[in-house]
Amino acid sequence: MGIKILTEHINVPGIETLEVYRKHGGYRSVEKALKTMTPDEVVEEVKTSGLRGRGGAGFPAGMKWSFLAKPEGIPRYLVCNADESEPGTFKDRVFMEKNPHALVEGMITSSYALGANTSYIYIRGEMMFILRILEKAIAEAYAAGLLGKNILGSGYDLDLHVAPGGGAYICGEETALLESLEGKRGNPRNKPPFPAVKGLFQSPTVVNNVETIASVPWIVNNTGAEYAKIGVGRSTGTKLISASGNINRPGVYEIDLGVPVEEFIYSDEYCGGIWKGKELKAVVPGGSSVPILPKELILKTAAGEDRLMTYESLSDGGFVSGSMLGSGAFIVFDEDQCIVRNTWNYARFYHHESCGQCSPCREGTGWMERVLHRIEHGHGHQQDIDLLVSVAKQIEGNTICPLGDAAAWPVASAIRHFREEFEWHIKHPQEAIAPGAVYRGQLAAATV
Amino acid sequence: MAETINAFKFSDKGLAEIQRYISHYPEGRQKSALLPALHVAQTENNGWVSPEAMDAIAEILNIQPIEVYEVATFYTMFNLKPVGKHVLEVCRTGPCCLRGADQMIETLKQKLNIEEGETTADGMFTLKPVECLASCGTGPMLQVRETYYENIDSEEAVDQFLEMMRNKEVETPEWAK
Repeated sequence: MGIKILTEHINVPGIETLEVYRKHGGYRSVEKALKTMTPDEVVEEVKTSGLRGRGGAGFPAGMKWSFLAKPEGIPRYLVCNADESEPGTFKDRVFMEKNPHALVEGMITSSYALGANTSYIYIRGEMMFILRILEKAIAEAYAAGLLGKNILGSGYDLDLHVAPGGGAYICGEETALLESLEGKRGNPRNKPPFPAVKGLFQSPTVVNNVETIASVPWIVNNTGAEYAKIGVGRSTGTKLISASGNINRPGVYEIDLGVPVEEFIYSDEYCGGIWKGKELKAVVPGGSSVPILPKELILKTAAGEDRLMTYESLSDGGFVSGSMLGSGAFIVFDEDQCIVRNTWNYARFYHHESCGQCSPCREGTGWMERVLHRIEHGHGHQQDIDLLVSVAKQIEGNTICPLGDAAAWPVASAIRHFREEFEWHIKHPQEAIAPGAVYRGQLAAATV
Repeated sequence: MAETINAFKFSDKGLAEIQRYISHYPEGRQKSALLPALHVAQTENNGWVSPEAMDAIAEILNIQPIEVYEVATFYTMFNLKPVGKHVLEVCRTGPCCLRGADQMIETLKQKLNIEEGETTADGMFTLKPVECLASCGTGPMLQVRETYYENIDSEEAVDQFLEMMRNKEVETPEWAK
């Protein structure tokens, strides 16, 4: 069992109140940073920690912070991305719901490091009940002098607000989020300029995921060097994993990066094995947009090494035989699950969520959905499989934002690893559309 | 089709809630309060946002009505037609389906005798399929107003849920009390 940086006190009764949160060491990082460190020193600690963006992209957080432009007389903003919408991901929701002050503390310490005097938490509109929880915590922090003017007598001012979205996956993309925060449609912006130069209200802005920001207090309290000791290689620290699907113990687990995938699936400390005594078929290890891997390739790399829960190990083999850690949404499929049906479901999701700005994504996602729908419903043609591969290829890399890639990868990877299952659906439509029908033949070889 | 008029006026509490959001943004950036204002309007207009409500928002935020329409039609949470007393927002995305979301939705359709997107004849329920609600560890699930109802994984669970909802008043957020 590893160290619990984010979840140690998450189940303490009353931890959502300032009083109990402070009793358990809460807001120490605010005191330490504001009273004994310069903003640049905080940035340096985060750089040293090796902390990587926890929203999915895994970009080093300290480096992102150091790109922030600091022109005289222009405000800078820190915006927390709490738009958690990637299918399979629910870690931020659980974290904010149970321990809201931990995010508020992270926002204060991080805003200080960036020199922001107004910061926002953009939360998906469906989570209005968590917005209320966060606003309560923020009100307590204001009353205690941890927000507002001259925080703890340090001379540093910060206002913190929560803003709700309206139900749009695309607003998890940082420039779409900023558009939405300005009261517009969530259409991602062309880059450059990057948010670090022109972000919210055309001012320099950093957008970070909830978990990234919530990791900052521990780093400030214990130093970046200590944080970097946890984990493996460039995957430092701990990670919240949202475990879902056909497992005995779905939920959010904080792991040291580096836990073997097999242990994560079968250990009673984590997923507790496949439910109902069934066999593992496949895993989507990082949220719906990352490639799906069959049992053989999720447990071991193509080279036969144990697959670990790290950025590097999960992507070992590239898209031929690997996947990605992404947001840490670990979706497990048992032997009774139909890959074609699931791929159609994901394609429908991306079609529904495409903002419509770029034609390859707007048209391509709908096209993929329609083709997958006809295969799943017994009307597929033999050439449909290659058609899907071709459409996916033409979306990938040809759009303003990564939603296009996110839509293409699940389709391309499902065909790469489960091609026979698609072929079976097309060749045996009557069998395939029977309720509960699943192809149980030999899985396609990994390198096909 | 006959023209329908849906007169709309924000309550003082609703206006105060919108003003609170406006105060969060720099001078001249009041448009940022548009999404919160749409949520307030939906709460005050029986669960949907009418053109009249959108026009009222445009006036408060001092923006063109089209700026409200284009946003209201982009975000899926805003219902642009009248809905039932309880809008059941059922998650239909992959992870919930692995744990029986398709069956939950089928059962709801049968029990309520409606299709997706429809409202029951008595005006009690609207069935609205939505995408992932970040509740994948507790699926199948659905949302009504600001509450998640989770682990609805059997016919009995659906029955219990519907029975409870039939006797439930519409939730009122703190600001409206």
